[in-house]
Amino acid sequence: MTPSELLQQIVNGISVGSIYALIALGYTMVYGILRLINFAHGDVYMIGAFIGYWVSNWLVRSNAYFQQHVALAIFLSVPVAMLGCAVAGVLIERFAYRPLRLAPRYTLLITAIGISFLLEYLMMLLVGPDRQAYQTDPWFSQQCALGFGVVISNQRLVAVTVAVVLMIALELLVHYTKIGKAMRAVATDQDAARLMGIDVDRIITFTFALGSALAGTAGVLIGMQYQIDPLMGVMDGLKAFVAAVLGGIGLIPGAVCGSFTLGIVETMVKGLHVEFFNLRPSLFADGVAFAILIVILLLKPSGLLGKFAREKV
Amino acid sequence: MVGISTTTSASPRITPWRALTWLAAFLVIYPTGQWLLTAGIINGYLYLILVQICIFIIAAVSLNLINGITGQFSLGHAGFMTVGGYMAAVATTFWGLPFPVALLFGALCAGVLGFLVGMPTLRLKGDYLAIATLGMGEIIRVVFENIEPLGGASGFTAIPRPSPLLHIGSKHYGMWGWSLLCTVLVLFVIRQFIDSSHGRACVAVREDELAAETMGINTTYFKVLAFTIGAMCAGVAGGLLAHDISTIAPDSAGFLNSVAILVIVVLGGLGSLTGSAVAAALLTIVNALTSSFTNWRMIIYALLLIVLMIFLPQGVWQGGALLWRRLRWPWARPVGGATDAP
Repeated sequence: MTPSELLQQIVNGISVGSIYALIALGYTMVYGILRLINFAHGDVYMIGAFIGYWVSNWLVRSNAYFQQHVALAIFLSVPVAMLGCAVAGVLIERFAYRPLRLAPRYTLLITAIGISFLLEYLMMLLVGPDRQAYQTDPWFSQQCALGFGVVISNQRLVAVTVAVVLMIALELLVHYTKIGKAMRAVATDQDAARLMGIDVDRIITFTFALGSALAGTAGVLIGMQYQIDPLMGVMDGLKAFVAAVLGGIGLIPGAVCGSFTLGIVETMVKGLHVEFFNLRPSLFADGVAFAILIVILLLKPSGLLGKFAREKV
Repeated sequence: MVGISTTTSASPRITPWRALTWLAAFLVIYPTGQWLLTAGIINGYLYLILVQICIFIIAAVSLNLINGITGQFSLGHAGFMTVGGYMAAVATTFWGLPFPVALLFGALCAGVLGFLVGMPTLRLKGDYLAIATLGMGEIIRVVFENIEPLGGASGFTAIPRPSPLLHIGSKHYGMWGWSLLCTVLVLFVIRQFIDSSHGRACVAVREDELAAETMGINTTYFKVLAFTIGAMCAGVAGGLLAHDISTIAPDSAGFLNSVAILVIVVLGGLGSLTGSAVAAALLTIVNALTSSFTNWRMIIYALLLIVLMIFLPQGVWQGGALLWRRLRWPWARPVGGATDAP
């Protein structure tokens, strides 16, 4: 592998990682507050991808201007997808998770899995199991040179830019606004936060809305690049979750850091063109994410950025 | 912990009588079933369902040993089933070993894997262990997808069906006897294990690991022991399943199948073997009944999960008993309601 190929793989990895990061942020925020692995989160991302698909298709079909500028139609569908997913996230929290707030952990987890199946198969009923593709825009597939022989297609450049802007916005929101402060307070100690006059239910709802909106954005961004289907959220959701654990679950910078690490490593493994024992490592790319996960969990269970918490009696 | 039944009683219950009871049960059910099958009273469709019920009972009960009795959160049970299934299939198809030996071989392989995986990962707690075992299942899937001699991604096909346990009547329906025998054996072994001092140690680990360790229980040893036994039994279930449908694919190690088994255990009630068995039978029947409307099937399943979790969080067995008591004596105070404090 030449240095420029290596750089190219890293750039590709960052573009994959930025999508993982947008999904992982939702996982990590919800885990931080409720200690719940929200298995339905990957399906909220799938819903976002489909809302983007419907809205952009509708715009292109109904308006001559958007037929010339498909990319613009897709950008305009992003806020709609964010809004739609935020509503979906809030509804899920309100009707499935809130009644079980005090129930044992397993109950909550199985409910999350139930919601996940429900969303997947309702969507399957609606659109069928086939893969769908967004409208294409020739501008998307143009390559943009970054120097050193490294190129990136415009659609990926857009995806990375949008993702990074949203991550910075989230970081600012969490650290420099009143509601961000309240979110951190609830994550640290729910009861103490309630005693300080914070409306915990409202903060939890807000967290779900925020995380789901980010996942919705990720859905549209992935729809620009790949085909979408009702089960797309299962594997992508799992990997984003792995990324969140990798960086240290419950930590926002951890989710971002873990996602980029996972994206880069995965792309590297896929790009390896060596053979040993008749086995090509590129075929094991899906397993690599989980292998890294297990190694990290064994060496540093709190994740790359996590702090070690000693158990007290 | 709330919502988990206590499986130990004050008096030791391990007596030779229990083994005889189980043996008698088997000796009654097996020939009756075989006769009904041969006479055509139970048709081929019901036979398939019966065998599947047996297989899911084994899978659920062995996961219950890990998750319900020992309190370790494993989400990779389908991985062990798949390993057991593949290895048993290799033993019968390639080496021509007799079916019971092949089953045992598959179980041993799954058990060894369970030991190797359990040793390092059982240091992890709660959600972290769940994630690690989930990852293990996915790794097993990817590995089998890439082993070409075993059929690669499309799976291992044309696994021979075993001949019946005893040649009573028909030569068909061979899986009935084997799966019933395995179910009875696994239930017996796990029941005995739970009532032994080892099982009590496992329950102690579940209730409070730190306290158990302080009392001198080697917690790592018991966690790995339960995990290995659970993995072995899952291997048996996998071997049965592979020979029942005469094919096995890498996909069966995936996350969704592990979840399906976990759902049985949670619906049946964590720590309750009877509950697991009842839930396994119920879910298999629901699955079979809804198989004609493919579109709505998963939606019904999902709604069932959500509704049951909200209204019967202790599982169908224990929760159902509580509900029954409240229906009969509506004035009675609820015993351990849905919203127990954590």
